[in-house]
Amino acid sequence: MLLLVLLLVPLVGAALVAPIKEQTTAKWVAVAVSVVELALVVITWLAYSVPAARNGARFQLEFAVDWIPAFGTRFALGIDGFALVMLAITAVLVPIVMAFSWAEKLPEGRTQSGFYALILATEGLLVGVFAATDVFLFYVFFEAMLIPMYFLIGRFGGPRRQYAAVKFFLYSLLGGLIMLASVIGLFVVSGRELGQGTFTWVELQKMAASLPESTQIWLFLGFFVAFAIKAPLVPFHTWLPDAGAEAPVGAGVLLVGVLDKVGTFGFLRYCLPLFPLASQKLAPLVLTLAVIGILYGGLLAVGQTDMKRFVSYTSIAHFGFIALGIFAFSTQAFSGSVLYMVNHGVSTGMLFIVVGLVIARGGSRLVGDYGGVHKVAPLLAGAFLVAGLSSLALPGTNSFVSEFLVLLGSFPRQPVYTILATVGIIFAALYVLWMYQRTMQGPLRGSAVLAALGGGRGDGPGTMIDPAVAAERGATGFPDLSKREIGVLTPLIVLILVLGFFPGPVLDVINPTAAATMTEVGLTDPVGGVSR
Amino acid sequence: MTPVVLAQAPADAISAPPIAYGAIAPVLIVLGGACLAVLTEAFLPRHQRWPVQVALSLVVLAAAGVTLGVYAGGSPAAVTTLGDALSVDNPTLFLWGTLLLLGLGSVLLIADRSVEPGGAFIPSSATRAAAAGGGGGTVTGGDGADVDRDYGEPGSAPTMQTEVFPFALFALGGMMVFVSANDLLTMFIALEVLSLPLYLMCGLARRRRLLSQEAAVKYFLLGAFASAFFLYGLALLYGYAGSVKLSAIAQAAAGSDRSDTLLFGGLALLVVGLLFKGSVGPFHTWTPDVYQGAPTPVTAFMAACTKVAAFGAISRVLFVAFDTTRWEWRGVLWAVAIVSMVIGAVLGLTQTDIKRMIAYSSIAHAGFLLLGSMSITEQGVSATLFYLLAYGFTTLAVFGVISLVRDSDGEALHLSQWAGLAKRSPLLAGVMTFLLLALAGIPLTSGFTAKFAVFAAALNDGMAPLVVIALVASAVAAFFYLRVIVLMYFNEPAPDGPTVTVPGAFTTAAITLGVLVTLLLGIVPSLALGMASGGPFSG
Repeated sequence: MLLLVLLLVPLVGAALVAPIKEQTTAKWVAVAVSVVELALVVITWLAYSVPAARNGARFQLEFAVDWIPAFGTRFALGIDGFALVMLAITAVLVPIVMAFSWAEKLPEGRTQSGFYALILATEGLLVGVFAATDVFLFYVFFEAMLIPMYFLIGRFGGPRRQYAAVKFFLYSLLGGLIMLASVIGLFVVSGRELGQGTFTWVELQKMAASLPESTQIWLFLGFFVAFAIKAPLVPFHTWLPDAGAEAPVGAGVLLVGVLDKVGTFGFLRYCLPLFPLASQKLAPLVLTLAVIGILYGGLLAVGQTDMKRFVSYTSIAHFGFIALGIFAFSTQAFSGSVLYMVNHGVSTGMLFIVVGLVIARGGSRLVGDYGGVHKVAPLLAGAFLVAGLSSLALPGTNSFVSEFLVLLGSFPRQPVYTILATVGIIFAALYVLWMYQRTMQGPLRGSAVLAALGGGRGDGPGTMIDPAVAAERGATGFPDLSKREIGVLTPLIVLILVLGFFPGPVLDVINPTAAATMTEVGLTDPVGGVSR
Repeated sequence: MTPVVLAQAPADAISAPPIAYGAIAPVLIVLGGACLAVLTEAFLPRHQRWPVQVALSLVVLAAAGVTLGVYAGGSPAAVTTLGDALSVDNPTLFLWGTLLLLGLGSVLLIADRSVEPGGAFIPSSATRAAAAGGGGGTVTGGDGADVDRDYGEPGSAPTMQTEVFPFALFALGGMMVFVSANDLLTMFIALEVLSLPLYLMCGLARRRRLLSQEAAVKYFLLGAFASAFFLYGLALLYGYAGSVKLSAIAQAAAGSDRSDTLLFGGLALLVVGLLFKGSVGPFHTWTPDVYQGAPTPVTAFMAACTKVAAFGAISRVLFVAFDTTRWEWRGVLWAVAIVSMVIGAVLGLTQTDIKRMIAYSSIAHAGFLLLGSMSITEQGVSATLFYLLAYGFTTLAVFGVISLVRDSDGEALHLSQWAGLAKRSPLLAGVMTFLLLALAGIPLTSGFTAKFAVFAAALNDGMAPLVVIALVASAVAAFFYLRVIVLMYFNEPAPDGPTVTVPGAFTTAAITLGVLVTLLLGIVPSLALGMASGGPFSG
């Protein structure tokens, strides 16, 4: 029941917020709903029993009613450790995103109430995706999730929002439809194997061991393509930089921070346990894509001239690490990957927000339009540095723990891929520090900064600001963080540090499920044991 | 000589076959109502016809629906009646119910006069202009033939051509017989009964838009060809089996010492005729023109009901008569289904007229439906039935919405005119978006449930490659649905763009019906799925 409430609160909230005419009221109602949701997630976290999970309870807090008996599908919710931490990061990010977007300048004719309602709808559907324990139900949420995000990008985004929104939608829909083929296939196969077609995850998992490898490979590929598009692994990634760059910052945080994790979550929840033979057989392929992603994403991040695209490419590199951990098949690497998913939500979310703050002040997304921001906005520059350092996995920040766990867990089984992936860390240092140096340090420069300070015109190379616009804007100044913005960033910084030093509580939740997944794959740990 | 003949043919040699009146009551009611409507047309003064015809049609449809409900409520066994001419089995009952509900929705759309002054069927735009000026009889411009016609009391709005109501009822009656026909001859007659009124209905707006005339002529000529194909096929099959009964053909094919040429030649020609009606694949060429040219309410009627009737008949013929020979013909139908999906999805991308776009969408959907019809299993039958129900209502509502977006020249059909519609009329844009997502097959809409059912049946019957192709085609087709959504939501409205007419009660009811069914079948489809899977065709 708790999960049902968790699912319904944001959806009902979205329906309530959308028609409110008075914008400030709408925003407050939306924030209230998201805070209630966060409180409910805290309750869920407390209600989730780690010992029970250790003792083999695959899902907890289950809720199920029959839905379409003809298709063997049930409206079944339940969470394991993976789902719980994903719910948590979703619920944490949404209020932050809302607070951040409070004064967001929307395209003409768009209302805040619409924006906040769509954010809430996205949150509700994400809860559904993570909590579904019925493959059909999962698919429904997986596809439905597209729609609010499509409108968030297409209605509220940057200048090329239409292109980005359509590209996002078509990529995801194509992946989804290929997955649908596998979903239907799974149903048909289960009908043959179990006597009656079903979509219940637990039943399907039992069937996995006896499924012939060739069948598994076909079904695996359908799921894999959909998740690889969502997570973006490299050949399927091209939608993300566009969507990330054109999405409004708030939606971008959710997109990169949570929505994309559905892909890697799907690998762990659906690809591995349901098609263990195929997963092992095709692991080299996925690992190759993952390592290419780490290196290619890092390299392109170095070369980006657009700050939002920069964040998108760093994400592609990070998703490579997550995929590496998942397809390395060890408990440690699984745990590392899931923790990475959480940490990436926090640190990339923060990076996205900080970049958004910089862009809101300078009015340009181009790196070359900024320089020496530290001189005028030291707090902002400091926040940028914290987010960046977390993103490059500096020890003491959250990402270090997870990146280390992934590499540590992957090395025994896949030494070559792991060593190659380690090179990605160097790229990470390069892209983050160079970006920081170019935009934040040194003397004040860059057309956007100078225009904002009233000291000059945008006339250098790479200028995006129209001189006329700059003149009209006048010297708006380049203010440092406001109180609201400090309030937005503080929880994220706290999370970065806390998860960096005390990842224990989160790992406690993750580990039993990682062990269970390991059993379902049918492998044993190469070194054995779950390390903390 | 006469006494001798009489002696040779005693009176009791021809006994009337028993008739299960309870089972076929809905058909009798609809056809009887159609006859009444013709009499109404003949004997009532012009200004009284519209209200009487609308009331009569609605009452007839409701009565037929109630009769059907009462009969089906007793979960009757499948019967054949009228000397085995009609087979009233579970698919028949389901399709009848679908047809009656869709017919009700279509009649509501047809009856609405508030969207366009005088309704969609007043003879000329000149009259419409006159209506706007407040006078019915004073006609300026237009062709001379209009001038001396009387369109009602002076000062009152001109009445529409009410012939459309008996046409619709006859067509509907024909469709109902078509889906239940147990022999090919009955099927052919039903085909004609449903086709002829449709040809006429397409041309009803001919004095306003030449396109309407073109559509009617094109539909008629191609339809006549298709009927001829059907008839040839029927003749060859009779030569093969010695009977026109579907089950007799199946028996003859099972004991196969006869010429396969006749069988497959007959099957091919027969199926061409049927696929034409269902606007499938390479037999689709009439569809875009006719959809575009016909008055929009009639297009809605054709798109929804004709599709149901045609695929009901295709499924029955394949299931009952050609079950045993499925491995011989299935390869060909694979190709047809692929062609249909590809043509629908790819050519749909290039359309700039929204009605033509929906026409190509219907061609793609016909390809998906063919997957269900080809699966000669109970699952395949119920999936096809469910798909028809879902698709019919979505299409009906889509055309209802299209009829509301108008500019000074009538309906605004060019896609560019739909730009920024969400700003002018958020409700309409929302409804349209929902319906388009249903056509694209996004979950939580009936389109998804239906696709799922059909594809699961096809996969289960060994058509995995076809299912993959169908899913790719769905993805391609999704792009053009998306284009309309993009236009409505993300683009700025043109300064002289169309206005959205406030719909009258009839149109509102029809659209609401369509949207509700689309939503319910997407969320709680169990009831309809259960009804659809009550049993396969019997012959």
